[in-house]
Amino acid sequence: MSDQKTIVLKIKRRADQESPAYWEEFEIPYRPAMNVISCLMEIRKNPVTRDGKATSAPVWEMNCLENVCGSCTMLMNGKVGQSCATLVDNLTQPISLEPMSKFPTIKDLAVDRSRMFANLKKIRAWIPIDGTYDLGPGPRIAERDRQEAYEFARCMTCGSCLEACPQVSEHSNFIGPAAIGQVRLFNSHPTGAMTKEERLEAISGADGVTSCGNAQNCVKACPKQIPLTEAIAEMNRDVTLYKFKQFFRGK
Amino acid sequence: MVTVASNTKPKVIVVGGGLAGLMTTIQIAEAGVPVDLFSFVPVKRSHSVCAQGGINGAVNTKGEGDSPYEHLDDTIYGGDFLANQSPVKHMCDHAPGIINLLDRMGVMFNRTGEGLLDFRRFGGTQYHRTAYAGATTGQQLLYALDEQTRRHEVEGKVVKHEFWEFLGIVKDDDGACKGIIAQDLRTMMIQEFRADAVVLATGGPGIIYNRSTNSVMNTGTAASAVYQQGAKYANGEFIQVHPTAIPGMDKLRLMSESARGEGGRVWVPRTPGDKRRGEAIPEAERFYFLEEKYPAYGNLVPRDIATREIFAMCVDEKMGVFGENQVYLDLTHLDKKQIDIKLGGILEIYEKFIGEDPRTTPMRIFPAVHYSMGGLWVDFVKDNTSGGLVVGDPRNQMTNIMGLYAVGECEYQYHGANRLGANSLLSCLTAGQMTGPGVATYVKHLPKSVDDLPASLFEREKKVRQVQYEKLAASVGTENPYKLHEELGDVMTANVTVVRYNDRLKATDAKIQELQERVERVSIADNSSWTNQLIPFTRQLKNMLHLSRAVTLGALARDESRGAHYKPDFPKRDDARFLKSTIAEWTSDGPKLSYEDVDTSLIKPRLRNYAAEKNESETAAPEAESVKEKLVVSTNTSHGTNGANGKESFGTGLTGATRQEMQIAAGADANGSGDQLSTRPPEARRDSPYSLGAKEEIRIADDNWLTGANDAADADPAKASNPVSVEGEKLVSTR
Repeated sequence: MSDQKTIVLKIKRRADQESPAYWEEFEIPYRPAMNVISCLMEIRKNPVTRDGKATSAPVWEMNCLENVCGSCTMLMNGKVGQSCATLVDNLTQPISLEPMSKFPTIKDLAVDRSRMFANLKKIRAWIPIDGTYDLGPGPRIAERDRQEAYEFARCMTCGSCLEACPQVSEHSNFIGPAAIGQVRLFNSHPTGAMTKEERLEAISGADGVTSCGNAQNCVKACPKQIPLTEAIAEMNRDVTLYKFKQFFRGK
Repeated sequence: MVTVASNTKPKVIVVGGGLAGLMTTIQIAEAGVPVDLFSFVPVKRSHSVCAQGGINGAVNTKGEGDSPYEHLDDTIYGGDFLANQSPVKHMCDHAPGIINLLDRMGVMFNRTGEGLLDFRRFGGTQYHRTAYAGATTGQQLLYALDEQTRRHEVEGKVVKHEFWEFLGIVKDDDGACKGIIAQDLRTMMIQEFRADAVVLATGGPGIIYNRSTNSVMNTGTAASAVYQQGAKYANGEFIQVHPTAIPGMDKLRLMSESARGEGGRVWVPRTPGDKRRGEAIPEAERFYFLEEKYPAYGNLVPRDIATREIFAMCVDEKMGVFGENQVYLDLTHLDKKQIDIKLGGILEIYEKFIGEDPRTTPMRIFPAVHYSMGGLWVDFVKDNTSGGLVVGDPRNQMTNIMGLYAVGECEYQYHGANRLGANSLLSCLTAGQMTGPGVATYVKHLPKSVDDLPASLFEREKKVRQVQYEKLAASVGTENPYKLHEELGDVMTANVTVVRYNDRLKATDAKIQELQERVERVSIADNSSWTNQLIPFTRQLKNMLHLSRAVTLGALARDESRGAHYKPDFPKRDDARFLKSTIAEWTSDGPKLSYEDVDTSLIKPRLRNYAAEKNESETAAPEAESVKEKLVVSTNTSHGTNGANGKESFGTGLTGATRQEMQIAAGADANGSGDQLSTRPPEARRDSPYSLGAKEEIRIADDNWLTGANDAADADPAKASNPVSVEGEKLVSTR
């Protein structure tokens, strides 16, 4: 391997949430256009550390490998992103790989993002259709509005925005930018708008939209460039209005 | 402790949370039957997210006179007449309704100026029939169903089991499916789950080719598990190789057919090896080969044809861009703002992974394994009035195992020998929509509940799976399962994709059997009992090997060319012998093959010719008359209506000699097919670098476009000289 170009990776290992973390280094042959996942795939074919010690292959999550499923999010050289869409050529070596820090570690690079899905339940992130029987076409939507909504509809619940957000931690229950973006999405749909108060209510508490500290990290971290800060601003306004109306209705 | 849906009423298990699984789940829940939903991943991350271009439905909003009948005809014709026609009619008839439903669920489909759904062109049709949401339609449809499922979950009708792996079904003493054994992929606990019916919606087996356009979990492991438990596997040899993907070491990433639907053009420089960048080559020096050869459909010929043409252009004609296995897919002449709106998702993928802007530089692409037309055999019940299906009949989508259903890519019945683009999302959704009520009817009418069955039945099956796992965990050896998988993928990709030769298929089967021996000697470097990924992967690999044999031997036995299955030594479609579905049944000695008639009750088979308008090719149909007359199609062959009796077996008693004679006879009849790969005689194609070398020395092709590796691997010649045959005794009827 000496006269061959190689890639050195430092991977943070952890047997489970209760166990201490430790680092292992790996060295693999370089190939052009490699992404981080193909490095991990290379390691699992021969799980031996850089100093020749046999070990187990690191555990990580992946599925689509083209940046639409959201599975493979991790920290690469300290920066959050999808390991499928992160090319080795764009990283300085040694490349450090760590699990996201804002979620409980399952094992090695895999984390538990179930709270994100729980939040989608909390904000009632669906269109309340009457049923799946044939009721003809849906409401007409202007293409301009459709394009705006589509941006939010691309959220893959990857966790990048929560990882980047200073207000999110294991000790805070801030619902986070992703869910607020989904409130924006469903509340702007003609049918979804009919129950928008339910969603506003869900983000109106102490853990809701008002917990945003306006650091604007989320929008920079989002791999889909979803305008999360716009959604937060809009939802903040809508929640205020909603609360105001409630106050005058004596609720 | 795992919570399980109510055990006092009938209950159903759905395995797989892609489009088909979620649609089925929603329908069953809506029918008032609780559902336990199992998935490897949070269902929002299922492989359906990778579908890009759109979903077909003859909504006819462009004043073109499109209709569900045209959609049916395009689908049957595109599938080279191998699909059973009644289910396809059901699918096409219900397509507009399903698009409306997803629209109501909030899918952000692109719109027209009036705020109506927009439709675009796709392959194999001349109508604007494809509804789309940018170029991430699959993701958008899946999210809508994920949201509706979550709503049912909140209402207590659905219990999700995510990060669980399906290991197998539990059958009662009558052979009916009464539950599953599954493993929690975090705690590694293996557990039994009772159900009155089980629906598999577990997707395709693309990962048997290692690198494909598929997600990594598409190993076909669940389909293989039930195949080994007695479920029939049909048309396994029909694997779609998508014409346009970008190579990568870990994955071959799809560049949607919608790129061509929106006007993208495929070309190569007229001068082989032209060193100029694509954008610098003047129009007159570009060879738009699809447009020249297929004036009627141009770049939108069906995938099997586009793939063979691109393949021939690179491999045979050596006309690939920069002398490599790649052609241009060019969008640079299109309006940049419009393609951002309509194709944004794929432009983003190309930019991220290749680092070039496809708005200004022609993309470089090559075919990649994409989809399995074949899958678990399922039943259907034809409605003789409509020609479609009897909706709500519990036999629709049921496998040959009572109470076990299959929907989506894991089953075989909608796409024949070649799937048209944007029909897969549709088949997942319409099948799921139909299966839900059928399953609900089935479980509500069962004479006794699964809860009346003795615990020993489930304990026994759980024990089998536990022992299997523990044996694997204790495995000692030198083989690495990921390396074995790579070997499998290399040999399958080289020999069981675009161009197929019998000697190489035999060698492939020998190689698979060698891998089956070697997988028994894997080194399990990690036998931890928390979130172990190695042991489940090894288990999946074993299942992949079983399925790979069914695919390979199905291809070996089918001595004709039809849709995606192309053999230069048998370049014609042979309706007399092979207008049949291949049925593989698992035995410990390998797959046992038989054949079943195809339902051609609605559209008479005719030869495909995409160089001409479809109507013109219809007038060419008389040429095929002589072939057609030989067909042995009973008027009563609808699957369910007459149970198994209406189906005639094909393979019984055919000797090798008879088969050869039939081939010769049919070869003389079936001529003029417009979708032939090249004008070269078959022998000239023998030594193409893509497929294997000389007969004596079997080599795996140096196809670095697909494998990402430059090193060719040798198959074991000893194995190659002793291939497993499917001739004679193996080719027997099941009835």
